[in-house]
Amino acid sequence: MKISVQSDDFDISEEIKQLTDGRTDIGAVASFVGLVRDIHGVKKINKLTLEHFPAMAKKELNKIANQAMDRWQVEDLTIIHRYGEMLPGDQIVLVITTSHHREAAFTAAQFIMDWLKTDAPFWKKEETEDGTHWVAAKTDDDEKKERWK
Amino acid sequence: MNILYFALIREHIGKSSETIDLPSGINTVGGVIDYLEGQGDNYQIAFAQPDLIRAAVNDEYVGLDHAVSDADELAFFPPMTGG
Repeated sequence: MKISVQSDDFDISEEIKQLTDGRTDIGAVASFVGLVRDIHGVKKINKLTLEHFPAMAKKELNKIANQAMDRWQVEDLTIIHRYGEMLPGDQIVLVITTSHHREAAFTAAQFIMDWLKTDAPFWKKEETEDGTHWVAAKTDDDEKKERWK
Repeated sequence: MNILYFALIREHIGKSSETIDLPSGINTVGGVIDYLEGQGDNYQIAFAQPDLIRAAVNDEYVGLDHAVSDADELAFFPPMTGG
């Protein structure tokens, strides 16, 4: 299991390789990459800054990852969450899950993303043509998390 | 007690951390908020919307009724928006 909170970008193919190299029992790899969009509603976004709580971020991602490993037959997983300044098109977050069969890999990846949205201590600040503002939490993100209970 | 602030709450208060002497009789997270709100307009603005305040004690998420003492590290932040 690899959990990383970093400012550097990541390479998805390199990360998948690390999970699958030397293994012939893995039948499924599911991955999710979150990117910076250049539009929020009608506003054009020029830059995104991700603030995080260093002492808690990795720990909370670990908790979410362990829950996923407990609930589904996931062989291994990687979560990378970036912080700092990013531009539209940049990669923010990566989740990769590996399993013998696809269902566990798909489901665990979705579970991790839904929980990460509300439970990992990161905050987005957008710089638009009208100035900068903190992104408001979405209530439907809470609902997406609740469905896993 | 050491207190950390993040994101919008950090910006409203104007600092990312501070150390306070916990006044006697204050022993919950909510009590600390009430105390801080008496310390200036910046704190009142930061804590104006209770439903938009989240807290952690010693790196664990807690509710506003959670107990605190001078030895704890308390953190305040808005609802998370990562991913």
